[in-house]
Amino acid sequence: MQKRTVLISAAAFAVIAATTNTWAQAHPQSKLKVGFMLPATGTFASLGTAIDNGFRLYVAEQGGKIAGREVEYVRVDDESDPSKATDNVNKLIKRDNVDVIVGTVHSGVAMAMAKAAKESGTLLIVPNAGAAAVTGAMCAPNIFRSSFSNWQPGYAMGEVAAKKGHKRIVTITWKYAAGDEAVKGFKESFEKNGGTVVKELNLPFPNVEFQALLTEIAATKPDAVFTFFAGGGAVKFVKDYAAAGLKKNIPLYGSGFLTDGTLEAQGADADGLLTTLHYADNLNSKRDQNFRLAYAKTYKLQPDVYAVQGYDAGQILGIGLNATKGDAKNIQGFAQAVRAAKIDSPRGTFTISKNHNPVQDIYLRKVVGKENVMDSIASKALADPGLGCKM
Amino acid sequence: MDFATFLIQCLNALQYGLLLFLVASGLTLIFGIMGVINLAHGSFYMIGAYMAYALAPAVSAIFGGEFFSTLAVGLVLSVILGYVLEWAFFSYLYEREHLQQVLMTYGLILVFEELRSMLVGDDVHGVTVPEWLNGSFALNEVMSYPVYRLFMSGVCLLLAIGMWFVFTRTRLGMMIRAGTSNREMVQSLGIDITLLYRIVFAIGVALAVFAGMIAAPVSSVYPGMGNSVLIICFVVVVIGGIGSIKGALLAALLIGLVDTFGNVLLPQAAGVLVYVLMALILLWRPNGLFKD
Amino acid sequence: MRHPTSFVLIFFGLLALWPVMSGSYGADLVAKIMIYALLALSLELLVGSTGLVCFGQAAFFGIGAYAAILLSPIDGSAPSLWLSLLSAIALASVYALAVGALSLRTQGVYFIMVTLAFSQMAYYVVHDTPLGGGTDGIYMYVKPTWGWVDLDKPAHMYGLIWLSLLMGFLFFSQLLRSPFGRALAGIRVNEQRMKATGFSVYPYKLAAFTLSGAMAGWAGYLFAIKDGFVNPELLSWHLSGAVLVMIILGGLGHMRGALLGAFAFALLQELFQSEAVFGNYAKHWHLSLGLAIMACVAFMPHGLVALPAQLRERLSGRKNHKASAAALEEQA
Repeated sequence: MQKRTVLISAAAFAVIAATTNTWAQAHPQSKLKVGFMLPATGTFASLGTAIDNGFRLYVAEQGGKIAGREVEYVRVDDESDPSKATDNVNKLIKRDNVDVIVGTVHSGVAMAMAKAAKESGTLLIVPNAGAAAVTGAMCAPNIFRSSFSNWQPGYAMGEVAAKKGHKRIVTITWKYAAGDEAVKGFKESFEKNGGTVVKELNLPFPNVEFQALLTEIAATKPDAVFTFFAGGGAVKFVKDYAAAGLKKNIPLYGSGFLTDGTLEAQGADADGLLTTLHYADNLNSKRDQNFRLAYAKTYKLQPDVYAVQGYDAGQILGIGLNATKGDAKNIQGFAQAVRAAKIDSPRGTFTISKNHNPVQDIYLRKVVGKENVMDSIASKALADPGLGCKM
Repeated sequence: MDFATFLIQCLNALQYGLLLFLVASGLTLIFGIMGVINLAHGSFYMIGAYMAYALAPAVSAIFGGEFFSTLAVGLVLSVILGYVLEWAFFSYLYEREHLQQVLMTYGLILVFEELRSMLVGDDVHGVTVPEWLNGSFALNEVMSYPVYRLFMSGVCLLLAIGMWFVFTRTRLGMMIRAGTSNREMVQSLGIDITLLYRIVFAIGVALAVFAGMIAAPVSSVYPGMGNSVLIICFVVVVIGGIGSIKGALLAALLIGLVDTFGNVLLPQAAGVLVYVLMALILLWRPNGLFKD
Repeated sequence: MRHPTSFVLIFFGLLALWPVMSGSYGADLVAKIMIYALLALSLELLVGSTGLVCFGQAAFFGIGAYAAILLSPIDGSAPSLWLSLLSAIALASVYALAVGALSLRTQGVYFIMVTLAFSQMAYYVVHDTPLGGGTDGIYMYVKPTWGWVDLDKPAHMYGLIWLSLLMGFLFFSQLLRSPFGRALAGIRVNEQRMKATGFSVYPYKLAAFTLSGAMAGWAGYLFAIKDGFVNPELLSWHLSGAVLVMIILGGLGHMRGALLGAFAFALLQELFQSEAVFGNYAKHWHLSLGLAIMACVAFMPHGLVALPAQLRERLSGRKNHKASAAALEEQA
């Protein structure tokens, strides 16, 4: 009995050792280890793939090297599960000793990553999660974001809605950080411009039974509705909204994720919808066209805002590392260079604020057919206020 | 809330409840007759929705027509799937304890989700319905009710009546009901219990798959959709009484009401309410509302 | 168990030596697995020893975790380890007592569902109300202190977790050998018979339920102070299901089974996610894990613990009645 236990335990520990220890590296400085912590399974898997693709496209365009160092990738599936987030990010930081972490989609996971990165001092570039805390209360010199903050599209839409003359608006979203912050941004600018948010409806994330709340909206009879939903929920909401007959009478405005990556599924129900986001499908700038062509050629897919965010995460890494001559531990030099840079992105040119969030143009888009066509610029060079950041 | 809104909310509750019933009826059959805890039941719902999306182009190429032919083809495929699954996996589980069934079906959930990811991908999809089902009719000056949802409720109701008919008026139904009460007796009366189980399982799977297919246009097709349905299904089955179809119907309608009105009146407590309901009912009737 | 001390010495001895042998990540990983092992032990007391299948264990785990964070002082100073640990355990026990008192009126599969219902209630309270900080969870920035123990040092944290697991294991082994434990075994084997001999089974079941909840709360507390972060998923039925899978995988009816099952489940996940081993297929690890679990059910119906006995049977070619019967009756 004892012998077997010993043998089995020894075998088990050998297995753990094999999967947890990295093999000795001959040249620690030469290869740049990029750790992706993105969802490979679950609802956000396709977003994770888009970000991964975008980043790799950038690196491929640089010949596979950044600041003279060849790029090597490690991937961890975060399953969009915040309870496993700390363990997963520690795999990258402690087991794989990555130079930079790129991730993730889900805000709850991103916050755990930000905490771990802040403690270990590893470079972290967030290519999607829009939680205010990442560049707010949790901000740090080594944490950057290449995407947006939830507040930005909401704030931009508030101005648009007020300009259109709406006075009474109902908001509806999921009760979680992304939804709350988007609505907060919208409310801030809408009420500043003379409107009132008469009701704030929400339902628990990721619940998608909207019928009851749609009936509520109809009973309240507002001038318009502002919403934040993403993914499957966005598809269902837009379809339910149209099917309930509300689309004809009560205009629907949304943060761009309502119609991003979801138009094929939403079909005609999304026609004409106005949303705000930092990207659109027909920006027609040379930069965007080149990017879209290269992406489509490499991956046989059309790029979306997530791919752009992944690509720009690569750009930020490139700018920073070129300034520090490839030293990923020189956080001061890295941050200095990135803060001063103008990033030539497919979405347009943007800069990074002092709390490391993009300062960018937010476009007003309209759904025409299967595309989010740019209508106008809703808000120029909008910066997230970065509340709570002490940097 | 004025009376018109109240009525509309009742309509919403009814429709949600009826769909829940359709999915849960399969589970209560499998659970009640075969005593198998099948955690993968949500996965069958997901398979149904993905079938509605993925088969549509192929079906319209071969058979013409889109929506209804896809439903028919999907139904046939699901019966075959259920039959094969029972033969390959579940037949081993009858003698095993509940917990091993839990373990086996837990593994199945993982397998199904990942296979789905590898075969169809992870994007969100929509399913189109024929034009004549696509409209809405106006209830008042602001709100309309989608015709398709009425269609869904109608189909669920028809199926419920169909099930009642089969169970109370046919030989098969008689054997199934007998099987729920006393398995050994049925066997000793010379009825081929293996075949019966296989048929019941196939029906159970078909019900879940069919529910996924007709719900797909409304709920859209996305990864993880099976998970959210699974737990609620178990709640329906347990409240209604394991093995009881009419219990499942009543329970599903109750849950529809609680969920719908809960979302409107007490949004913060909405999630909890269904479970409070279940706990209360079980404490009053420890075996569910109708013990078959 | 024929040689309980040898198992304890070898298993815990190896665990104690592990941080010395492995890198910081390996120690971190095993620390986390030990926490899950403690949770698995708590469920084993209910399922394997008393025969009560609880599908809501995660609720007590999560309550212990949230208590660790919510009960820390508002001014941000470090709480005392003992005080906060005991409060977390107390809260988890109170909820377990309440849930047990109500659920134990039901039987069989209904019992499973009622425990699930109560766990979902706790989940939704934390998920939907401001109390729990919502779906993104809450952070803790200051770890509890006790004298010279500094939990910011990984070695101390590992030591605390190791000690907790050891104490939990020893406590339960002793408990199961006591008259109380014998009564639980009797209830598991044949409750009617126990009642017929004049035992009032309800207080025993309730006590077991509460103790199990207390231990789960302890595990949750450790999780919270280790990661410094809690979120509602700690109370979800997915975790309750995973713990159940762990103890079934390990083998029901044995304390060792809970430990082995927790390690096996966690290591299988690590293995299948490892790009070093699976390369590009690592992203389909759900598939490999699912298949592995199904294979375990098919080929190891009594779990990992019974694997030596199973192999012995296969190799010797005939049923060795004595050995297998003894193996199945071993308690720890």
